[in-house]
Amino acid sequence: MMRIKTPRNGRIKRELEKRAPKLVETGKKTLILHGTKTSSVVNSVLTEIYHLKKGNSVKFSRRNDNVRPFESGGETSLEFFSLKTDCSLFVFGSHSKKRPNNLVLGRTYNHHIYDLVEVGIEHFRSMGSFSYDKKLAPQMGSKPFFAFIGEAFESVDELKHLKEVLLDLFRGEVITNLNLAGLDRVYVCTALSSDRIFFSHCALRLKRSGTVVPRMELVEVGPSMDMVVRRHRQPDDSLRKEAMKMAPELMKKKEKNVVKDDILGKLGKIYVPDQKVGSVPLANIAKGVKRERREAKMKSEGDNLTTQKKQKQDSE
Amino acid sequence: MEEAQYEVDLGNLMAFDNHHQFASPPTSREEVVKEAIEQGTKLVQAVADALFNLPSTQDPDGPLVRLPAPTTRLPREKPLPKPRPPTKWEMFAQSKGVQKRNKEKMVFDEQTGTWKRRHGYDRVNDDNDVPIIEAKATDEPGTDPFAERRKEKKGRVEKQEKNRLHNLKQAQKAGALPSHIQLAATALPIRGTQEKPKKVSKDELQNVAGMAAVATASGGKFDKKLPGEKPLKHEKKYKKYLPAVEGSGMGAMEKQQTEKVLNKLVSKNSHEILNVQKAVNMYNVKKEKRQRKQGGNSSTSGKLKGNRKPFKKTSKGGSSKKGKSK
Repeated sequence: MMRIKTPRNGRIKRELEKRAPKLVETGKKTLILHGTKTSSVVNSVLTEIYHLKKGNSVKFSRRNDNVRPFESGGETSLEFFSLKTDCSLFVFGSHSKKRPNNLVLGRTYNHHIYDLVEVGIEHFRSMGSFSYDKKLAPQMGSKPFFAFIGEAFESVDELKHLKEVLLDLFRGEVITNLNLAGLDRVYVCTALSSDRIFFSHCALRLKRSGTVVPRMELVEVGPSMDMVVRRHRQPDDSLRKEAMKMAPELMKKKEKNVVKDDILGKLGKIYVPDQKVGSVPLANIAKGVKRERREAKMKSEGDNLTTQKKQKQDSE
Repeated sequence: MEEAQYEVDLGNLMAFDNHHQFASPPTSREEVVKEAIEQGTKLVQAVADALFNLPSTQDPDGPLVRLPAPTTRLPREKPLPKPRPPTKWEMFAQSKGVQKRNKEKMVFDEQTGTWKRRHGYDRVNDDNDVPIIEAKATDEPGTDPFAERRKEKKGRVEKQEKNRLHNLKQAQKAGALPSHIQLAATALPIRGTQEKPKKVSKDELQNVAGMAAVATASGGKFDKKLPGEKPLKHEKKYKKYLPAVEGSGMGAMEKQQTEKVLNKLVSKNSHEILNVQKAVNMYNVKKEKRQRKQGGNSSTSGKLKGNRKPFKKTSKGGSSKKGKSK
């Protein structure tokens, strides 16, 4: 036997609806958590990422012994946390002799690990160490610009992957309408070598240029750091294919038989269906009926035919 | 012309310079930062060029633009929602060509002469509002038409609830259950019998297994243990009998055991063993009898003080005067 379980109040119902899969996803939440051991650098990196993403991130403050994203069995509790907090991005910081100042950036699909990139943090400078005009400080939740500099972001697999993850991590809410007055932050990522990038967070200063487009000026506001790529794990092809699926409702249908011409404009082709002359039913010449009846029948059918034709002509 | 080199993804406000290379390996940190910021400015300017030229609408907060869809494809967070399968009614309506049409919410109630809701509280034709039901020829005497009406209504509601559950089960099979609904199993499914299956607890199961294991002549001593089977709680006999033949050592154990039990019992009731009152009575009575036999001289001095009124004791509320004691 089954019982229908429904939420006891509207608040829970709304919360469940928020968590349900959507046709158009607006943004991913980020889970920030610590490993068994963390250094002060890792701690401050995690805190600052949390500050950058304030509003749609969850930060855990306890140490997690059983979270090892790259090892089999070490992802169970991470996936559980992802389910509980409804986060599909995570930043996991740890520190060990083998991998000092380690940061694992990862994504989940359907609350299972999708891909992972491990980076080491070097030359970290926190937000507090930058001095700038506080009026420029970026607003919480504003849509950022991204600048990726360097050929390595295309040629090296790890960096290509890291680029995608960083973009997913920091891009914030997916929106269609953008207020141009609210643009105030830039993430600048520069590839220094084949496994090292320079990541920096800058504020934007819009200056008058005399045209519609203002002149952009970047002011470094921090945090800034070097990221050295260590391990990374790409998603399976099948998983990637599934995760990249687009809703068929949202895809534009291909317009058939319509061509756009520069000179003639919109051109259409019309196909006239086959007339099926051979299969048109003919008048039934009844046999074995008395002549008067036959003639009467023929007459009435003939009338019907003519009326039908008339109707057709009318409709046309 | 430089902007043409950049890849610009306007949907994500992202620009990518895939040609940049450091002319010479940067020597100092400042140089790296400077170079990065410089290049970043160029890229951001490239994005802004495209962005500020989009058609915008004015808003009190600032100009609003419609962003194009991002060109960099990023994975989804959760799988696409699945469409709900049609309910049984919807399938039927489809096959019969039944059209959906809206009914008015308010209906004129002829009984009260007012407009009332079609459904819900204070609705039209409510059971509570029907004061009289006209008798029909087919009515059976002795039945309550109101009760019957209520029963019918209840039946309809139950049927609808059943249909709803069925449709939800179908939706669950298709993986398209509404997000706020869960189907919880109340009991295991049963086929054939009507009685509910009794849930056997772990302990019960272990006990039964234990009993079955001991039910051999050797008390399960030589049985093979299954993996995961626990050792018996009582491996030996519950009761040990000692030899009843008297002797030293083992032979004396039985006596000791019984004595121990008896001592325990005796010590428990030791305060009742000697009823002093009774003993004194008996003593006095015996003495008097002896004296009577010897011939009538009586003296009170020989009596024990504990009992001054041996004959009055059983009668209630007896006086305590000394003279009457004789």
